[in-house]
Amino acid sequence: MANPISGEKIGSEDIDPQFTERIIEAGADRIRTCIQCGTCSSVCPSGRRTAFRTRELMRKAILGLKDEVLASPDLWLCATCYTCLERCPREIKVTDAIIIMRNMAVDEGFMLPQHRKASQKLLSTGHAVPIDEYNREIRKSLGLDELPPTTHSKKKALKDVQKIMKKTGFKTLIDGQSEGGV
Amino acid sequence: MTEAKKYSLFLGCVMPNRFPNLEKSIRVVMPMLGVELEDIEGASCCPAPGVVRSFDEPTWLALAVRNLALAEMSGNDVITGCNGCYGTFKEALSEIHDHPEKLKEVRKVFDGMDITFNAEVDAKHIIEVISNLGADRIKEMVTHPLEGIRVAVHYGCHLLKPSKNRPWKKTQNHTFLDELVEATGAESIRYKDKSLCCGAGGGVRGGNVAISVDIAKEKLDNMLAAEADCVLNVCSFCHLQYELSQPELNKEIGEEKYQIPVIYYTQLLGLALGLDPGELGLDKHVVNTQSLLNKIFG
Repeated sequence: MANPISGEKIGSEDIDPQFTERIIEAGADRIRTCIQCGTCSSVCPSGRRTAFRTRELMRKAILGLKDEVLASPDLWLCATCYTCLERCPREIKVTDAIIIMRNMAVDEGFMLPQHRKASQKLLSTGHAVPIDEYNREIRKSLGLDELPPTTHSKKKALKDVQKIMKKTGFKTLIDGQSEGGV
Repeated sequence: MTEAKKYSLFLGCVMPNRFPNLEKSIRVVMPMLGVELEDIEGASCCPAPGVVRSFDEPTWLALAVRNLALAEMSGNDVITGCNGCYGTFKEALSEIHDHPEKLKEVRKVFDGMDITFNAEVDAKHIIEVISNLGADRIKEMVTHPLEGIRVAVHYGCHLLKPSKNRPWKKTQNHTFLDELVEATGAESIRYKDKSLCCGAGGGVRGGNVAISVDIAKEKLDNMLAAEADCVLNVCSFCHLQYELSQPELNKEIGEEKYQIPVIYYTQLLGLALGLDPGELGLDKHVVNTQSLLNKIFG
């Protein structure tokens, strides 16, 4: 009888052993202790309604399937609720591992266009969600200053914030790549 | 620093720029509790633990430390009314305390700017400060008990987790916010999956809005089934999620099914302290709050 299970195999060329090491070095130090129990998937609010499986992501991370993980849109379905991290019987910092892998994905140019847009707003105003005309009026009607006492009303502060984002390379990261998403 | 009564108020983005009515309620109510608030001049985005931390951790840490430093330079601990900002500050502080080399990197980035930072500042959530006053103290202050009001409490995630780096006595099944709600005379009702995430964080609302709203829908359906008069939150991003998701869902199904007023804790407390709804910005909501106000004021 033919084997009904897919014959898809992982080739050694798909495996980057350094990938797991980098995740561990960046802080998710216990990831190799994963026993694939699936607690992370079972408590995941995104996993309840999508094909996103935290357990699968952790397995792929341990196998070193770097390209597959970093290019996957699933990486961006985690709402960072930290429930998996709280419940993991191996005390793996699951959410931290996801954030670490997201950093790597962005480094390779994988970012959602909406996230890039929010980052551009941060670069230009100091706020990922800046003020709009409507809320200027609401602020006034509530007896608050039309602009909050943030980078919105302090030019020097905005300059400092922009300088920081230039120095850390955030500006290049956001500006320096062509438009387009995952 | 110490348990001071004066704090540097960190606003973030969503509160001052999308829901200034929440900011107003905080500015009115906190002084009534004996908590003095000082503005942080020139603060930026915390920055967002979802998008910015996911994009580039060193940038996230440097901007977070800058905001913390602004408060530290004025001699106060930070107070914030957003779970996301709170999460950013708690995690950033733990990063620099556990990894001094990261603080060194951040200091290098600050080179040439007027920013000094000694890593002595702490960050608190508004509800943490109120909770430290105690539910009994709040109860004593209440002049207009909100009897008969059924409140669906939503704690949010980053207020509580990761629990290793949070000040609460328990790691799950928290009751401190329920106690503070009941101190106003209202009832904190039981509902299914109360501790579930609102679905907004982690860049999901920004990047995958349909999935994000579907998570909120699950919570809203559970609140409707429990006959809640309002959903109560302590986070500007959870607040945005419940405010914006309801009209989005109504549009999708073609009926006005989702109309649960979304109330921030200092608004609820303000009503119990006898403040006018307008003064608490309750007339500036996306989802009309009149049904709740009618029930309170008869």
